[in-house]
Amino acid sequence: MPAEILKEKFTGRVQEVVLGATKDEGGTRAYTVKLGGSSTLPFLQFEGDIPNRPVIAFEIWDIKPDWHECFAEYYSDVWEDPVAWAKKAEELGADVIYLKLRGADPELENSKSPDECAKVVKAVLENTGAPLMVEGPGNPDKDNEVLQAVAEAAAGENIAIGLAEKDNYRGIAAAAMMGKHCIIARSPVDINILKQLNLMITEMGVAPEKIINDPLTGGLGYGIEYSYSIMERARWGALIGDKMMAFPVVCLAGPEAWRAKEANAPLEDAGPGWGEQKPRGIMWEAMTAAALLQAGGDLVLMRHPEAAKLLKKHIESLMVPNVY
Amino acid sequence: MGLTGLAIFKLLPKTNCKECGVPTCMAFAMALAAGKATLDQCPYVSDEAKEALESATAPPIKLVKAGSGDKVLEMGDEQVIFRHDKTFYHPTGIFIEVADDSNVEAKVEEINGIVFERVGQRYEIDGVAIVNASGNADTFKNAVAAAAAKTGKVLLLVSEDPAAIEAAAAGVAERKPILYAANGDNYEKMVEIAKKINAPLVVKGKDLSDLADLVGKIVGLGYKELILDSGERETSKVLADLTQIRRQAIKKRFRPFGYPTIAFTTEEDPYLEALQAQVYVSKYASVVVMKTTELASLLTLFSWRDNIYTDPQKPIAVQPGVYAIGDVTPDSPVYITTNFSLTFYTVQTEIEATKLPSYLIAFDTEGLSVLTAWAGGKFIGENIGPWLKDSDLNQKVSHKKLIIPGGVAAIKGKIEELSGWEVIVGPREANGIGTFAKLKLGA
Ligand code: B12
Ligand code: SF4
Repeated sequence: MPAEILKEKFTGRVQEVVLGATKDEGGTRAYTVKLGGSSTLPFLQFEGDIPNRPVIAFEIWDIKPDWHECFAEYYSDVWEDPVAWAKKAEELGADVIYLKLRGADPELENSKSPDECAKVVKAVLENTGAPLMVEGPGNPDKDNEVLQAVAEAAAGENIAIGLAEKDNYRGIAAAAMMGKHCIIARSPVDINILKQLNLMITEMGVAPEKIINDPLTGGLGYGIEYSYSIMERARWGALIGDKMMAFPVVCLAGPEAWRAKEANAPLEDAGPGWGEQKPRGIMWEAMTAAALLQAGGDLVLMRHPEAAKLLKKHIESLMVPNVY
Repeated sequence: MGLTGLAIFKLLPKTNCKECGVPTCMAFAMALAAGKATLDQCPYVSDEAKEALESATAPPIKLVKAGSGDKVLEMGDEQVIFRHDKTFYHPTGIFIEVADDSNVEAKVEEINGIVFERVGQRYEIDGVAIVNASGNADTFKNAVAAAAAKTGKVLLLVSEDPAAIEAAAAGVAERKPILYAANGDNYEKMVEIAKKINAPLVVKGKDLSDLADLVGKIVGLGYKELILDSGERETSKVLADLTQIRRQAIKKRFRPFGYPTIAFTTEEDPYLEALQAQVYVSKYASVVVMKTTELASLLTLFSWRDNIYTDPQKPIAVQPGVYAIGDVTPDSPVYITTNFSLTFYTVQTEIEATKLPSYLIAFDTEGLSVLTAWAGGKFIGENIGPWLKDSDLNQKVSHKKLIIPGGVAAIKGKIEELSGWEVIVGPREANGIGTFAKLKLGA
């Protein structure tokens, strides 16, 4: 009884989005990175093509982060200086640098001005070759001002800026269009809002090849299964031809994973059987990211270099062709 | 499932003899289609009709059980390809390998010792796979006996030599071990052994077609307690095969693939191995056999399994109400959280660790987390205030002070207004409760 291979006949595909611009393209990046483009479910090359493997972005901050002490080993010599940090991230294997402008949070004492943020971004761009993504401080008004300045400073570089949300996307979308950058649109684990937001951003005039979605990631053990299913549904939607669900997906795995007690607790405070913090923290992040890849993540944001290294190898094993 | 009353009727004797308890064969067919009758109530159905009806009304993936006592592992009987369509029912069994020529007892002891607890859940390894690495039947038999004596977990006997399996299985028959594996050369003998003790048998193909072929032959021999292994070991290819098996079983009702599945990890690095196993847990394996005993690898894998096998339509909730943690007194502090079990247990664990007897309110948010419930209007002053005002906590404690999660500081005013209680804004994350209790409550 020969088994016939069952292939879904998809008509759609995930939108391909290019991050970064090389010299020829009007920027200064050493290379560009392509996100998305798949015409099949994650890693099922037997029924479609996967032109681009999932991409790994490294998280860096413009100020010293309040991360777990285990990160000091890797970053304490650079985390007061975003330029040095960005270079280190490149050395450690980042495909993309993801700069979070936490220092611009208006609730901080020495909150950075939009101008200062623009300078940081410029300096990072001048000293690195990887494509760049920039996230604002997370305060709607300040995000608008900061990302506007960043978009101007980075004109031509085709960076990605975000996070644009349902109640706060106009300013960010305008800034992205003006600087010919990509936009990261975030929806709160909700497929309808995801579609709606994409529609509104598209209607404003942002080109489809400039939109990236963050469907909002929960960490392992902390709501990840909701994100997983929303992502699976969106990917299915994309493949059956819904263009408003077809944008490449970023998963902010690192930051979410490191909110969990399981990642952080030292052995003394750990739950029964949990073991040492070091491998546990790394694996909490790596497992979060790997699981989200199975739901269709196109770019994962990583925090721990060891977790990123594991994920890179894991992706290689998943990209081995499996055509029958 | 699947068949209409009319289709079933065509397969019945059509004599209207009434022995099944209803007046006509047609009525019986309708009852069958509605799931209100079972086929064995009609003494006259032919064997062919029985076969046809059974396979048409059987679930798309057969439920197969292994193990005994309180360690029975249920595999298969899944209904969907995507968990958002329904839910995944039978969590992947996680097994660890033990070579028969190693120190079996020590290894099994180690496996027994791997127990994790988090958010009110307890995880332990489901099974032990004893591998006939020695190639010697006696060594294998002794190793299986030694493992069985040391653990109540499900046993998986790994040897393609029927003689070795037969000898080892005989000693642990009542444990209902999984036998691995029947292949193109040994299947007749393997089926005989499996039948004798009614143990689940893994069928190992060279590829999907070979697997389907082999299953057909084994079913032809009258055995259906089967588990499938396509023989593939490379991550991406195993993913493809597991997907094919699941899809064909569910979408095409391709009977040879209507059984649970098993996958083996191959990565040497224990962390990469856990990520590899994650792929198989996510995508349809009923059993994953691993080598590592590394805690971080297993803790994260179990947590993921737990996540993917929760029902996506209903969040796991605890009974709403007031919980006493420790020997409470009228002076004990009162905390409030939601009745989403993840949130509740996270907070409860931290309060317990303060060693200060306390009350914890699991407020009814229909199983939503703090921020989700707040955003959805279910964890706000307008609900909490009136509830608190009428709560019997007013009799239980003498202080009227309520500690709320820091993430929803904004609800403080409304609660105070509507309840007459004073609200203290606690830390944002539960793991700040220890420090908070020390500084603010004198724990
Ligand atoms: C999974 C999820 C969902 C799931 C729900 C899962 C569930 N059972 O709750 C679904 C998909 C259904 C969902 C829906 C929505 N969600 Co939602 N969701 C999440 C997500 C990803 C994780 C939530 C979670 O499980 N956290 C884990 C638990 C343990 O956290 P927690 O309950 O807050 O508890 C922690 C602390 O609060 C603290 N704590 C808890 N209790 C107590 C008590 C005391 C005394 C103290 C001191 C501390 C404390 O300790 C815990 C651990 O640190 C978050 C984003 C994120 N990454 O966190 C968004 C998030 C909560 N959702 C959000 C939103 C907006 C929504 C929707 C309104 C979206 C919509 N459709 O419009 C809906 C509303 C749902 C409804 N029907 O009303 C927002 C809320 C934003 C805000 N601050 O207002 C978030 C933050 C995402 C975002 N950034 O936009 N969501
Ligand atoms: S027992 Fe069988 S043959 Fe007799 S009426 Fe019922 S269905 Fe028909």
